[in-house]
Amino acid sequence: MTAPNHKWRKFKNVFMQTLTFVCAILVVTPLLLVFYHLIKEGFSSINLAFFTQLPKAEGESGGGMGNAIVGTFILLAQAAVIGVPVGVLGGVFLSEYGGTKLNWAIRFAADILNGVPSITWGIVVYALMVVPMHTFSALAGGVVLGMMMIPLVMRTTEEVLQLVPGGYREAALALGISKWKTIVQIVIRTALKGIVTGVLLALARVAGETAPLLFTALGNRFWAHKLTEPIAAMPLQIFAYAIGPYNDQHRQAWAGAFVLLLLVLAINVGVRFLTRDRFQAKV
Amino acid sequence: MATTQNNSDTALIVRNLSVFFGKNAAVKNVSLDVRARAVTAIIGPSGCGKSTFLRALNRMHELNPEARMTGEIKLFGDNIYSSDVEPVVVRRRVGMVFQKSNPFPTMSISENVTVGLRLNGMREKKILNERTEQSLRMSALWDEVKDRLHAPAISLSGGQQQRLCIARALAVQPEVLLMDEPASALDPLATSKIEELILQLKKDYTIVIVTHNMQQAARVSDFTAFFYIGELVEFDATTKIFTSPAKKQTEDYVTGRFG
Repeated sequence: MTAPNHKWRKFKNVFMQTLTFVCAILVVTPLLLVFYHLIKEGFSSINLAFFTQLPKAEGESGGGMGNAIVGTFILLAQAAVIGVPVGVLGGVFLSEYGGTKLNWAIRFAADILNGVPSITWGIVVYALMVVPMHTFSALAGGVVLGMMMIPLVMRTTEEVLQLVPGGYREAALALGISKWKTIVQIVIRTALKGIVTGVLLALARVAGETAPLLFTALGNRFWAHKLTEPIAAMPLQIFAYAIGPYNDQHRQAWAGAFVLLLLVLAINVGVRFLTRDRFQAKV
Repeated sequence: MATTQNNSDTALIVRNLSVFFGKNAAVKNVSLDVRARAVTAIIGPSGCGKSTFLRALNRMHELNPEARMTGEIKLFGDNIYSSDVEPVVVRRRVGMVFQKSNPFPTMSISENVTVGLRLNGMREKKILNERTEQSLRMSALWDEVKDRLHAPAISLSGGQQQRLCIARALAVQPEVLLMDEPASALDPLATSKIEELILQLKKDYTIVIVTHNMQQAARVSDFTAFFYIGELVEFDATTKIFTSPAKKQTEDYVTGRFG
């Protein structure tokens, strides 16, 4: 017995299947395109000098963005110092403590903060730190990136802690283990891989931020010696070079973008490798 | 808490215990005595409050913020709901094994056994090792795992995991062991191992077990309490409950006419 429109149905099925597949491929395509373009345009400028030297004077070829690479790492380190403890502990509170209404409000606020345009963060920290200190500084850049990390880390931490089955908490509490030790030694340990992943993804996310750094870290053509001085960062340097008039600057901008992408990629790959545990729960 | 009188014949004295979740009473005015070094089974249809009753015995029901209780429970003479008693202390004296085995997935077999001791400050390797072997022997798991104590706990089979959970509960040397349907997720062979184990353990421990399986209650327990809609219908020696119960309701339930 064959339904009269059997062929039509079969066609629809194949058509939809193909459509979803094409969309899935479209997700991956930009990554490949970006990589292809960055390698094509920027790879030739990547050499030792690129990683170690300061930018040359306008119009001179050669030089590098060593200061910007180091600057990005300094900014990320500061951001981590601020964003990781506050974000992780906040996530622990949301998952393990607190009342329904209070947690709803905090969650809601964090979600709004995650959607705040990054330039807004820049202006806020500009008003709070740069203006009173009368100077752009690495410190202000670290603070703004750290503040952006907090809601990101908090929400991912909460989510992975929620994935830890309640049975583990009960088992620990039934052994007469205090709630705090249960959270640290059982719940967080079980979800550690997920928490670290969330932290590193947040770092990767803020590593490429440019707008908030324009108002805070500002950028610097030289090595920064103090956290109270303006500091270079890769996104800032890429931005400055990309709108510059010289071809060599453009090539360096491409190279910078390529290195920045590699950094983000390395963080993502590194996460998975470093947090491999011999018996980690699949969360 | 005062010093324990472990030689007493009555481990737990429950008087007029009611447990509420919000406005609903899950356990209503229950009084019974749990004999020391014996197995007391709690039976009854789903939703009859037997698990809540069990959890009230070591204050685990308090994990639900809506929960509140009235009445009194004494553990070897100590009121476990006295305002100066921390739930943590009660739970060290009254251990618990759950329906679903839940060894900690981040820990090895031996780490699972000693976790209760270690997280309560025990550092001495010698004592920890002794207690690991002792607890695993008591839970009849030692011979199966002695060569791979450092293997992940989740590499064990379901029945082994549950016996590991029993070992973990025993390692902190509780006075009473509560078991909430400890074998209901296991196959018949693993179940019979758990039952043998319960019969062994009652020489040293007071055991209260919730079970849906009436044959199991009949096989392992000395006393049986029949709960129905939050109330204790009948509590007596197991042989009495299963052969000549005093109440019609009990008889109907144990003979399978309802529930």
